[in-house]
Amino acid sequence: MSRAFVEIDNVAMRYGGVEGTLALEGCSMNVAEGEFVAVVGPSGCGKSTLMRLVSGLWPATDGNVVVAGREVDEPLSLVGMAFQNPTLLPWRRILDNVMLPLEVVPAHRARLRRERVAYEQKALDLLKLVGLEGFGAKYPYQLSGGMQQRTSLCRALIHEPPLLMLDEPFSALDVFTREDLWDVLQQVWMARKPTVILVTHDLREAAYLADRVLVMSSRPGRIIAERKVPFPRPRTMETTFLPEFTALVADLRAYIAAARRGEEVV
Amino acid sequence: MSAKANARLIAMAAAARRHRRLQAWLPWIVIFGTFGLWELVVHVFGIVPFILPAPSDIMEAAVKWWKPLLDDSLQTLFTTLVGFGLAVVAGLVLGVAIGSSTLIYKGLYPLLIAFNSIPKVAVVPVLIVWFGIGVWPAIITAFLISFFPILVNVATGIATVEPELRDVLRALGARPIDIIRKVGLPRAMPYFFASLKIAITVAFVGSIIAESVAPNAGIGRLMMVASSRFDVPLVFAGLITTGLMGIMLYWVAEWIERRTTGWATRSTEGSNFTPGG
Repeated sequence: MSRAFVEIDNVAMRYGGVEGTLALEGCSMNVAEGEFVAVVGPSGCGKSTLMRLVSGLWPATDGNVVVAGREVDEPLSLVGMAFQNPTLLPWRRILDNVMLPLEVVPAHRARLRRERVAYEQKALDLLKLVGLEGFGAKYPYQLSGGMQQRTSLCRALIHEPPLLMLDEPFSALDVFTREDLWDVLQQVWMARKPTVILVTHDLREAAYLADRVLVMSSRPGRIIAERKVPFPRPRTMETTFLPEFTALVADLRAYIAAARRGEEVV
Repeated sequence: MSAKANARLIAMAAAARRHRRLQAWLPWIVIFGTFGLWELVVHVFGIVPFILPAPSDIMEAAVKWWKPLLDDSLQTLFTTLVGFGLAVVAGLVLGVAIGSSTLIYKGLYPLLIAFNSIPKVAVVPVLIVWFGIGVWPAIITAFLISFFPILVNVATGIATVEPELRDVLRALGARPIDIIRKVGLPRAMPYFFASLKIAITVAFVGSIIAESVAPNAGIGRLMMVASSRFDVPLVFAGLITTGLMGIMLYWVAEWIERRTTGWATRSTEGSNFTPGG
């Protein structure tokens, strides 16, 4: 494994002053460059807080967050994010929604006007990759929830971010659409190899997509267990029927159950 | 497809067409029905024009006095539109400021609410002291009365940007001004146009209040003069003209709204929905 791209060292996060809620405490983890890491944990354990700390949206109360060798003390400007809601802009066509980051990221916005055609082609390629060929001129309301989430994924990827943060991106979708999108995400990751941190409730999703699964304790959250996922890629639905896969998911479930009871696990 | 299914589809399309036609005609039926009923009531109960003139009396007065009616309407239209235009500019600027900064919001809002609670008719004498009798009191009253709904709506649109969308943009290195330009402002547009429809109608109220308190020109003065001569049909003619101008400008605002922010309402039609994951 290469050097750590994201280093989180003994981080704590407390909301609302000295007496406020402690969301994270003693939380440490490393993510290598190009690695796909999933973070799972009981609900309310501070997974989303962790994401916001890593992307520099919020400052940590204590400890260090280092991304790409630099201490994070302001929004990083290189992170692609996608959330449970697609949060597309309803007044923009799909293609323009995907291209929004290019109008914002300082490195791209300067070149966007001159190289509009090349950038547009990039966006179209990306839409094709996620199975949305021919939908660029539609408006978000003309697309189903799953297609909107694909668009949101494209928007997170268009500026080729070295770090992709996904906060339960598929949890609002039905099971079949979700599994389709696992494959889309896996394909994108294999094609581009960004560093990915995926926060999810879905243990099968974590086991299907990640190189490594980290389990968080209940609040205050910290990493209490780690499992490597050995299955070769590309993984398919058949992978999920393997006894090893089922065993891994069962293990993860046991960790979470223990975490919810507040027990220590190693 | 079976013949039965075909027949059903054709019948459904015809029913939809009938429904749309009824929708288009209904406002006219209601308006003319109201006037017809009004005329009937006046004649049946023998109400004298001094109390409630019949629509036919009002029409007669409007035809007789068409020239002052037209001049004064245009005058009122002018002061209303100028005041309204100023309100749009000020409402947009202050709305963006208040909507994007909690500090400005907390600081300014109590004062603005206090100001909006003042009956504008009480301000007109002060305006007359400051600006004299002329167009300015009417313009400023129209401005004062129509400015607040625009401000509140624009501020709401800007302030309610989804936190997740804000995070997406901030994680890309967006500055606050980028977020306002790319998301806040476009997002506030439906609110803005909704407020325009309210603002344009109350702007007329502002102008006419000022014209009635300081009778110099305009439809407000015309009505004051007419009522002092007990020419009630002419007063009503003035009222109806004002209503007509209000409707016309409302339509203009609605038309612009449809042209620019169709995305906000189109989704309810649902005819373009594409199924599939």
